[in-house]
Amino acid sequence: MALDRTDVEKIAHLARLQIDEQDIPQYTETLSDILDLVNQMQAVDTTNIEPMANSLDAVQRLRADVVTETNSRDKLQGVAPAVEAGLFQVPKVIE
Amino acid sequence: MQWEAVIGLEIHAQLSTKSKIFSGASTAFGAEPNTQACAVDLALPGTLPVFNEEALRNAVKFGLAIDAEIGRTSVFDRKNYFYPDLPKGYQTSQLFHPIVGVGHVDITQDDGTTKRVGVTRAHLEEDAGKSLHDEFPGMTGIDLNRAGTPLLEIVSEPDIRSAKEAVAYARNIHSLVTSLGICDGNMAEGSFRCDCNVSIRPKGQEEFGTRTETKNINSFRFIERAIIGEIERQIDVIEDGGRIVQETRLYDANKNETRSMRSKEEANDYRYFPCPDLLPIVIDEEYIEAVRATLPELPDARKARFIEQHSLSNYDAMVLSADRNLAEYFETVATACTDAKLAANWVMGELSKLLNQNDTAIADSPVSADQLGGLLVRIKDDTISGKIAKQVFEVMWSDGGSADEIIDAKGLKQVTDTGAIEGIVDEVIANADKQVAQYQAAEPDKRGKMLGFFMGQVMKASGGKANPGAVTSILKQKLDALCD
Repeated sequence: MALDRTDVEKIAHLARLQIDEQDIPQYTETLSDILDLVNQMQAVDTTNIEPMANSLDAVQRLRADVVTETNSRDKLQGVAPAVEAGLFQVPKVIE
Repeated sequence: MQWEAVIGLEIHAQLSTKSKIFSGASTAFGAEPNTQACAVDLALPGTLPVFNEEALRNAVKFGLAIDAEIGRTSVFDRKNYFYPDLPKGYQTSQLFHPIVGVGHVDITQDDGTTKRVGVTRAHLEEDAGKSLHDEFPGMTGIDLNRAGTPLLEIVSEPDIRSAKEAVAYARNIHSLVTSLGICDGNMAEGSFRCDCNVSIRPKGQEEFGTRTETKNINSFRFIERAIIGEIERQIDVIEDGGRIVQETRLYDANKNETRSMRSKEEANDYRYFPCPDLLPIVIDEEYIEAVRATLPELPDARKARFIEQHSLSNYDAMVLSADRNLAEYFETVATACTDAKLAANWVMGELSKLLNQNDTAIADSPVSADQLGGLLVRIKDDTISGKIAKQVFEVMWSDGGSADEIIDAKGLKQVTDTGAIEGIVDEVIANADKQVAQYQAAEPDKRGKMLGFFMGQVMKASGGKANPGAVTSILKQKLDALCD
């Protein structure tokens, strides 16, 4: 299955990735190759096989409803580029 | 043309867990920004989610209460979108295998008939953080305390046909989740919010029209107004020859209108896929039955019991059974005063009035059920009249104290001593020559109505404390004696 330039631009936008104009042909090719691989796998007959939600054949362990975390705001905000009044600051976004 | 509205609701109920759905950070409301956001909530590299067993139990309780199929295997999926208050870049939700499948609730319509509204599904997901846009020039402030708070999203079938039905359905779900104790139902704090999907079609047409979604409505009144407004807007657009665009809208309570929030070119592409960080949740029959055994009495059953056991009217039973705290309060008062009707009148009357005026929840009522019960006991045994009881109640509300303490301290005990009442009656009659003359001149069968004036004077002179029954009989006796 071949992707074209518009598909790659859309995928990049959805992932919020900025890609160089000159790299688009290469991305188009390698992403198409991945889809070709998926297509090969689609050819396998999976009738009567239950789809798996996870590659590990295991069940989710549950956690007791207990508060175990304490306030580590200072430490966690130490790695943030901008902080004010206890809030993380990001460039203005309004929908 | 006759139009028909087709409405479906998505309700987000915040589950009352102590910790978050995938981390051990606290969910308590109102903390300082980002003091309850841990490394998992912030999506720092290397962190992994671990699912909260209480969130699962809460969801299963809800599923059982609406008679739904419980997903024996349910799976978390990633819903991908970018927004700064969602640090992972995806919301962990459930799309393909939700915990709660198809169920239903029954709503009571205005004419008293019952209508069944289907619930398509209810799934577990995490809440996002909060964005504050207005406080810093050019910047948005992000508070991630709410990020990772467990939500149950309850999706209805498009079975609803009017704003009124939508409100009845939302109230029903609210009553259920609060009765189950899985959500505090606090709409002002955002614990229970509603998205309304609305479309219209010519009456009689099978096919649905294009729908719009109005998001995050946090009061029953606004649900009703937003839907009414949106139906009118859609009719206007179509009758003016336009088309409805599928879009997300926002309800503006100040202007009482909905407006477009997200335009079509930014249509979402969420690219859902199973979350590789979480394994499937598998539950068995034994687990489900154990949860079923813990279900409390639900509102419908409670309403039927109130009618049966306390002889309440359908309306009283409906109001008092809808909220678990209100129901428990009422039953405590009714037991204390041994008069369910009197208890119902006070709880729905004086108490609700003051609660509403002060915007106070029943759980925070300054007058406890025991205090109110004690007050009603004194009405029942004729210590005070109903009118004086209202005064005592107001003191109780503002200053506290038991009914007996207030009655004693303020000297409000009803005067039943005949001698004392006779004294007051004599004085009133002596000072009312004109009214006495009218009474004498009146036909005997009209005199009863004329007692009102004297009654009022005696009650006033006694400070409202004279026993009304005793006053009436003494007045009648003394006035009639003057007529012979």
